[in-house]
Parts: sequence; C-alpha cells; structure tokens
Amino acid sequence: MTESHATEPILKVENLVVSYGRVEAVRGVSFQAASGSLITLVGANGAGKSSIINAVSGIVRPKAGTITFEGRDITKTSAHALVGEGLVQVPEGRQILGTLTIHENLQLGGWHTNDTAAIREVYERFPVLAERRDLPAGALSGGEQQMLAIGRALVARPRLILLDEPSMGLAPKIVDEVFRVIEEIRASGTTVVLIEQNARRALRAADHGYVLASGEIAHEGPAADLLADERVVQAYLGV
Amino acid sequence: MQQLLNGLFTGSIYALFAIGFTLVFGVLDRLNLAHPAVFAVSAFVGIELVEVAGLSIWYTLPIVFVVGGLLGIIIERVAFRPLKNRPDAHFAGLISSIALAGMFIALLQWRYGPNTRRFPADSFPSTTFTVFGAQVTLLQVAILVISVALMVALTLLVAKSRLGRGMRAIAENPTAARVLGINVDRVTMTTFAISSALGAVAGALFAMNVNSAQLGMGTAIELKGLAVIIVGGMGSLPGALVGGLLLGLAEVFAVANIGSSWRDMVAFGLLFLILLVRPQGLFGARKVREV
Ligand SMILES: Nc1ncnc2c1ncn2[C@@H]1O[C@H](COP(=O)(O)OP(=O)(O)OP(=O)(O)O)[C@@H](O)[C@H]1O
Ligand SMILES: [Mg+2]
Repeated sequence: MTESHATEPILKVENLVVSYGRVEAVRGVSFQAASGSLITLVGANGAGKSSIINAVSGIVRPKAGTITFEGRDITKTSAHALVGEGLVQVPEGRQILGTLTIHENLQLGGWHTNDTAAIREVYERFPVLAERRDLPAGALSGGEQQMLAIGRALVARPRLILLDEPSMGLAPKIVDEVFRVIEEIRASGTTVVLIEQNARRALRAADHGYVLASGEIAHEGPAADLLADERVVQAYLGV
Repeated sequence: MQQLLNGLFTGSIYALFAIGFTLVFGVLDRLNLAHPAVFAVSAFVGIELVEVAGLSIWYTLPIVFVVGGLLGIIIERVAFRPLKNRPDAHFAGLISSIALAGMFIALLQWRYGPNTRRFPADSFPSTTFTVFGAQVTLLQVAILVISVALMVALTLLVAKSRLGRGMRAIAENPTAARVLGINVDRVTMTTFAISSALGAVAGALFAMNVNSAQLGMGTAIELKGLAVIIVGGMGSLPGALVGGLLLGLAEVFAVANIGSSWRDMVAFGLLFLILLVRPQGLFGARKVREV
C-alpha cells in the first residue's frame, strides 16, 4: 500500500468519541481508509465497532471528533444525505425488511438514485435474488439475506461501503462466499471498511487493520503485520 | 334497500376517517388523537368556504384536502416530532396530540361560537336517483365515490409508489430505513399530511351529509374511528375500509329495526363480537405484536 500515502484518504476519522448517556462506547478513535483500499476494524463484543460505523454513516451523532469523507467534513451530515453521496452502510444483523419483497428491498437501496440498471447488476451478481424477487425478503435464508443486504447497499453505487459483521451467524461455506463478494466489491474500485469479530479472516482480506479494545485502538498496522504479531494474536485474536 | 344505501354513505365517511387514523398508526406506530379535531375543523372550513367565499361544495373539497394536509404537518411538527426521541414517545405523543386537538377546538369556538353551523340553503344539488326503489341524492353518491376513490388511491400509493415503499420500510424498521438513506423525518411528515388530508375531507363530507357541523363532531366520531381500526386490524388499510362500512351499516340497521337509542349498543356490540372471533381484527396479522 505504498501509494496510500500519496493520495488523500477517502475517509478520515479523527479523535472520535461516541457516548450513550454516561456510557462512553468510543473513546478518541482515529483511523483512515485510502481510496480503493480494504481496511478492517476488529475487536471483541462491545469494543465499539458498530458505534464507530454508525457515527461515520450518520446514524448516531458523535460527541466529539471529526469525520472527513472525500475531503469534506461530514461529522454533522445526516444519514440520508450520506447515502446520496455514496457512503453506504450494510448494518449489523442485515436489517432486511422482511415484509417487503426482495425487489422492494433493492428499490429502497436506490432511494436516491432510482437506478434500475444498478438493480439489474445486483440480480446478475446474485441470481438467487433474481429468482425470488417478488417473495417477501423474510423468506430468505440467513446467507441469502446477507447477500440481499449487500446487494441493497450496492444499488446506491457507493464509493465507500461499511460492512458490519457480514459473516455473523453464517455457515463456513457461506462465509467464504461473503468474503469473495467483498473482494469483488473492492476489486471494482469501491473502498471497503469491514468490521468483524472473525478477526483472522478479516485481516487476511484487508490491507490495513485496526484492533479495538474498550473503545480505543490498541493496535494498528498493515494487516499482514498484525497477523504476524504474536502479542496481537495472543491478546486479541484468540488461539 | 334504503337503509343499506344510507349505511354505505355514512360508513364510507367512517372508513375515510378511520383510514387516515390507521395510516399514521400502521406506519408510524403512533396514535394521533388530533385526527378528530382535523375532522371538525375541516367541516367548519368547508361551510365557511361556501358561505363567505361563495364556492360550490365541490370546489371546497380540494381546498379542505390541502388545509387538512397543512394541519397534519402542524400536528407532526408540534405534537410528535419534538417528542420522538423520548423513551415514552408513544404516550407523550398521545397526550400532546390530545392537547393540540383541544387547542384546535378552542380556536373553532372562538371563531364560530358554540352553535351548530349549516351550509347555506341552496348549497346542495337537487338531483336524485332511484336505485332499486330507494331514493339517493347526487350528494350521497358523490360522498361514496369520493371516499372510495381516495381510499383506493391511498392503497395504491402505499403498495406501489416510492413514497409508499418508504412508509412501509419505516413501519417495519425505522433504523433500517435511515440506514438505507430514506429521509425518515420527511416521509413521516408526508404521512401525517396525507392522513390529515383524508380526515379533513371526511369531516367536510360528513358535514354535507347531515348538513351540520358542531364543535363536538370530532369527539363523536373519534371512538368510532378507533373501533373501526381495531376491528379492521390495527394498521390495515383494507381493514379500515371494511370496518367503516360495517359500522355504518350496523348503525343504520339498529336505528331502523330496534330504535335509535340502541344504535351504539348494537354497533359496538357487533364489533366486540367480531373481536371475540378474530382478536387480531378482520385484516390484522395473525401474530400478536411482540412488546
Ligand atoms: N444504543 C445504545 N445505548 C446504550 N448503549 C449502547 C448502545 N449501543 C451500544 N451501546 C454500548 O456501547 C458499547 C459499544 O457497543 P457497540 O455496539 O459499538 O460494540 P460492537 O463492537 O459493535 O459489539 P458487537 O461485536 O457485539 O457488535 C457497548 O458497551 C454497548 O453496550
Ligand atoms: Mg456491533
């Protein structure tokens, strides 16, 4: 990633603080993503991963810190405006709208763009969705719902996509498929911020990694270095 | 036959009133108890437009629709939006919408006094039809047609349009709707506007149907509207339509066959009966909402 220093990062988060009442979930976190890269934030339950993603995508208001996307300060920009500007989240637990059809879920992904070509491309990428487009999305299996959640985000043609634990609760074979899709998204030029508890797997896919513990960044570095670092592996990545 | 038709005319107004109620309830999970006040205000506005501006009753309806929409926006901004992040937002919204309703009615009383108001003498077309031996006025036919047309339009809007998809997304999962980039505040406000616009037209049609408007007319229909949406199935649009028509028919038959003092007894008794058989309501989801 030698070129990442030359270009301005597409996403830059500085001294981010997120709190819920008196609970401080994120305590001064800074990180950045070079344009076109895949970075990962890993950490245990409650480390503050989702809080960071929600702050970046405008779902929660940070208490302090600044967030810059493509050179502009978006710290106070609303969630719906950010989606229109190409910053899209695939939320934890997929958040499929189960009573709406698969097709309607995808149409909602294009709320701002009304981009029918983008929906067609998602159907080409995930034929299983195309076959069942008029079924309620709640009828899909967990893995298929994850594909729908990712597909729905892609309809907005994001330049930055934030994935919150996309492999959660899925069988190993499906996890492989999810990671293959993530690699494809990255290969198409979209910057990816990946959040995972499956830290080893995420670090193997990523360029750069951040290890979170109790709302702070405990380690960071090129993903390969983190994987090779005995202290990191023993303390945070389990055996 | 005459009773059946009369029941349909009244019932279609109940249904139109209830469908606005249930729209906000189904999409936003909020009970807007200022809805009956919109019903009353628009009846007075309708009469004022005919009396003072000299408009024909037909032209008052689109204006009343717009006035209702504006009232809906006021209700959302004043009674609901400021409270939306409270943990007790349901209850708080209920109370603040009752308060706002009280203010609307107080304004009506200040402007018009406590007396019943009527349309000027020659406001209504004199055309009548004979349907299966029953006498029907053009106004009654118009009431039925307008109510049903508005309800069909609303159902299509919710089922097919982008706005309707946004409403249904918010109804199911507001956080997911935000993540998808839906401007939840804007869609919420639009939902209130549409709901109140329908309630307003219902109020104006009701005033035309009985040629009178009273300060208490909202309160009188409030319970009927709530009963209709519970019987129809909370949040179900077809349920509100069928429930409203049923209630109108039940009332008319009770008055004609048993006596007018039995109207509420029979009508609400029937509704209880339906709920005994189908606790989820006619069109309600079988599953009871988890808390
Ligand atoms: N809406 C909320 N209200 C109050 N506390 C919250 C809220 N959301 C998160 N928290 C708290 O903030 C801390 C960080 O939560 P967060 O969801 O960001 O962690 P996470 O790393 O995503 O965890 P997981 O791996 O379980 O998803 C936790 O202690 C959590 O209990
Ligand atoms: Mg999380």
